[in-house]
This record gives sequence, structure tokens and C-alpha cells, in this order.
Amino acid sequence: MLSVEINHEQGDFSLDAVFECGAGVTALFGRSGAGKSSLVNAIAGLIRPRKGHVVFDGETLFDSAHGIHVRAGKRRFGYVFQEGRLFPHFTVQQNLVYSHWFDRALYSASDFAHVVELLGIGELLQRRPAQLSGGEKQRVAIGRALLAKPRLLLLDEPLASLDAERKHEILRYLRLLRDETRIPMIYVSHAVEEVLELADQVVLLASGRVVASGSVEAVMGRPDLRPSSGVFEGGAVIETHVIGIDLEDGLATLGFDGGTLTVGNFDAQAGERVRVRIRAREVSIALVPPQQISIQNILRGRIAAIDEARSGRVTVMIAVGAAMLRSGITRRSARQLALVPGMDVYALIKAISLDRHSG
Amino acid sequence: MISGEEIGIILLSLKVALWSVAISVPFGLAAAHVLARRDFWGKSLFDALVHLPLVLPPVVVGYWLLLLFGRRGPLGAFLEEWFGIAVAFRWSGAAIASAIMSFPLMVRAMRLSMEAIDPKLEAAAQTLGAGRLGVLLTITLPLAMPGILTGMLLAFARSLGEFGATITFVSNIPGETQTLPLAIYALWQVPGGESAAQRLCVLSLILSLAALLFSEALVRRANRRIKGYDAVRRN
Repeated sequence: MLSVEINHEQGDFSLDAVFECGAGVTALFGRSGAGKSSLVNAIAGLIRPRKGHVVFDGETLFDSAHGIHVRAGKRRFGYVFQEGRLFPHFTVQQNLVYSHWFDRALYSASDFAHVVELLGIGELLQRRPAQLSGGEKQRVAIGRALLAKPRLLLLDEPLASLDAERKHEILRYLRLLRDETRIPMIYVSHAVEEVLELADQVVLLASGRVVASGSVEAVMGRPDLRPSSGVFEGGAVIETHVIGIDLEDGLATLGFDGGTLTVGNFDAQAGERVRVRIRAREVSIALVPPQQISIQNILRGRIAAIDEARSGRVTVMIAVGAAMLRSGITRRSARQLALVPGMDVYALIKAISLDRHSG
Repeated sequence: MISGEEIGIILLSLKVALWSVAISVPFGLAAAHVLARRDFWGKSLFDALVHLPLVLPPVVVGYWLLLLFGRRGPLGAFLEEWFGIAVAFRWSGAAIASAIMSFPLMVRAMRLSMEAIDPKLEAAAQTLGAGRLGVLLTITLPLAMPGILTGMLLAFARSLGEFGATITFVSNIPGETQTLPLAIYALWQVPGGESAAQRLCVLSLILSLAALLFSEALVRRANRRIKGYDAVRRN
């Protein structure tokens, strides 16, 4: 759907990235300074790279070899910036309909009403940006991008300048957006939990280069990518859906391909798709199913591999159904239990060690 | 209280100053935008040219204008032949002289306000479909409005006081080119004209003060409009 090859130099930083992405949410992930913003600006058409191409749905938007560079305004890509970038001299309403001044065909009263309702900004329409809170600004910025009827939505760290509470608020709207509209999104972030929460695919960027790309589960779980991803805590990412909520005990039951997980302190609704990250250090191993134990999650699986980690530790990969758990234990434990690949074992996970944003 | 003659002088001065601003605004905006937003080879030379009237002796500017716009001058002959306009020794010439002399002040104020606009806002406008002209009309100019107004009023006030280039270019003809400062100068030259000159000096002071107060009020209003709060005293 979107095919990108960008070769660009800015001062002594060089960007040399190639990737493709399709429907759904693609996270452009990496630490600050990895070149994420430059890459997105090149896709948006705000900077003209030295070499490369940008092709969307068969339409060439940039091709250095043929001298093609479609200007930003003609690409029909929505862009939500980190700082919102609302126009201070216009009201919220004027900000929202800004794109319509340049393309009358975009105007639709029902679209406007829908976006306003979706983002809950009806109360703010007559205000000026200076009178909005950070979260409100970002909601208006998202609405403004949506009302330009984008073919692709670019979000450059839209939560970075918000406090934790506002982050959750905007994340909720972004999830809503992802599930309600069919607009593909490129989501730039350096925060693991945002990526786990929203993304379908990840493109991992380091020093201007694509280090890995693929499904969230595959990329974010790879321990060898830790220096680039910043995911220092080894662990597994598992795709689940909420089966049931026990309000009395504050527990949720999540189903995944391989069994169920009971987790505590979880803000979710039945049927919702959620991703959980299980840290390797939270997973213990038993050879027989333990009894009379407080641990809620006892999953039967088979050891797929044992990786030697640093300083007396090993990482045991346990296949549970289609999911791959990781367990970080000492080398001595592995020796005492005589763990070898192919062995059937039980993975033990405490319910309270898991929560929604366990980054 | 104020004689008809004095009213005539004031009206002529206002006419000259208003036209001077009207002539220079389009060029001032263009020069300010180029200086604030573009990088090109020879930019510092262009910048120096814009500022030249500030440092050149006004007599020199007036003399060159006379050479250029006089009956025999290249531009003067062209204007006379094609449009039937003569500017040498006319009030229109005084407006041109004032426009050139006040140009650096106007450009400076406009440029500063354009440079203060976050280019990221202009980039955001581009992603929403605005072309170059669209960005200029909907983002850059409205946000620079306080500085644009300041530039216009500074130029207006400067034009009211223009003397050297004007007297060299269009001379001191009562009723045609004799603006306030020129009239004061003329009165000073004749014996017993001091008190009349004094009166014009006071009128001149009132006029300039009014222009400044008016500009302050306008800029404050413009700031309120673009920022949603009063930000005049921000700097």
C-alpha cells in the first residue's frame, strides 16, 4: 500500500530507510534521534529527500529518479503533530474546516458532525486554541486531520507532550479511530506501551536505518533488538481478547491461542482486543502442575529453545499454543530442572504481574 | 483657531503620507517575506539595498530621484509618455520620495513579525491542502498583522516628517509639495515667521502623537484577534 525508500542527509545525520506498510496501524518505533520525524516529514512531502521514492496505492508521490515531488497539500495525507500546531488566530471550528477552504469537495456536514462527536469536541467549537488544554488541543488536531479526508494518517508522537492522564484519554480516541475508520495510520513513537496498545506492525528505526520490521509480537519480543527498541526488559507480547471481567475481584480473563490468562487491575471491556506483554522475569517454570499455590496462571507448554543470557541467567522460550512465552531464570535453576528443548513444562505467571500497559 | 492655510498644509501632508504608505506596502510585504522566509545567493546584498535609504544622505536620494523621474529622466519620460503622469515637482513625487525613505522602517517591522511566526504552523497548513499562496494569505499574513500594521504606521509617521529627499526632488511649492516640515522650514526663512512656524511645530507634534497612539491601539486589537489574549506587552 505504502512503499517508502528514503535517502536523505541533514547535517551529519543520514537517513537511509526502506520499508513497506499496509492497512492498519504501523508504528515507526525507535529512540529519539533515530530519524523517525524526518522519515514522516519525507512521507508527508514536507521535506524533499535527496534520493528515493514514496509510492502510495500505485501513485508515485516522490521519485528522485524522475524528478517527481507531489507537494504536501496534494498528497491527501493527514498529519497530526506532536504539539498539535493549531492555528492560534482561528477558532476551533475554523481550524477543523481549514482544509475545506482549499478543496470545497471535502465539505460534508455529516462528516463534520461525526468527527466532532467521535472526538467529543462539540463544546469547544467557538474557543481559541489558547483556551484549550493539551488533551483538547490534540483532539482538535486529530479532528482537523480527519476532516481533510486523508488516505493515510501520519501521527508524530501525538502523546509526547501530554501528562499520563491525558495520554490515556487520547489513546482511547486513537483506538476508537483505528477501529472505526479504515484509514491506515503511521504512528511515530518511542514509547513501548503506545506501540503495544495501537499498532499492528512495527518498523524499528535506529540511527536512520530500519533495523527490523514485522508484526508487533515478532519485533517487540526480540531480545537482540533491545538496544534499538529500548525494550530492556525481555518479554513476550501476546495478542489476546477479553473473555470476561470479574468486577468483584478486579480480575479479567483473557483468551489467547494457547489458553487463558487471568490478570488483575485491568481496564478493559469484554470482547476487546488487547495485547499484553509478559516480562520474562515474571515467568517461572515447573515440571509438574503445582498445587495449593497462589499463582493464577499455570500454562502448559513445550520448551522451544534455551538462550544463554548474561551473568548466570538463561532465557527459556516456551511455546504455549501459537504463543511464545519467555522465562528468565538462573542457569542453576535450568540445570537443576534439567531443562532441554522439547520438554513439556508449566509456565507460572502471577495475575498481578500483568497489567494493560506493562511496558 | 487653525487657519485655512494650515489646514491645507496638514491635508497635503496627510495625502502625501497616505499615498507613500500605499505605494510601498506591496513592495514592503514582498521584501519582508523574502528576507524572512527565503535563503538565496546575494541575500545580504538585497538586505543592504533595502536598508540603504536609512544610511544614505536624503539629499542623495532626492537627487537620484530627480535624475530618474525628471522630465528627461528615463522613468520620468516613460511615465509622462505612457500615462501622462508627471511626478517631478508634484505632490505625487513627494509621496514617492517619502515611500523610499520610509521603506527600511516598514520592511524591518514586517520582517520581524514574519520571522516570529513558527514555520511549523505553515508546514501544518501545507499538509491540510494549502499551497504557497494559501499559506501566505491564511497563516503568514494574519499572524504577522501586528507587525504589518506597525510597519505601516512607522512608515506613515516617517513620511509625515520627510524633508531632505522631498525638497531636493520636488522642491518647496506651496499647495503642491509644501508638506508640514517644508512649510516650517519656509516660515523660518522669512523674518517674523517664527510664531507661525511654532504653531506648525505644535500641530506636527499632535499629528505624530495621534498616529503613534492610533497604531498602538490597532496593534493591540490585532494581537487580541490572533492570539485570543492581549500580548502587546509580551516583549
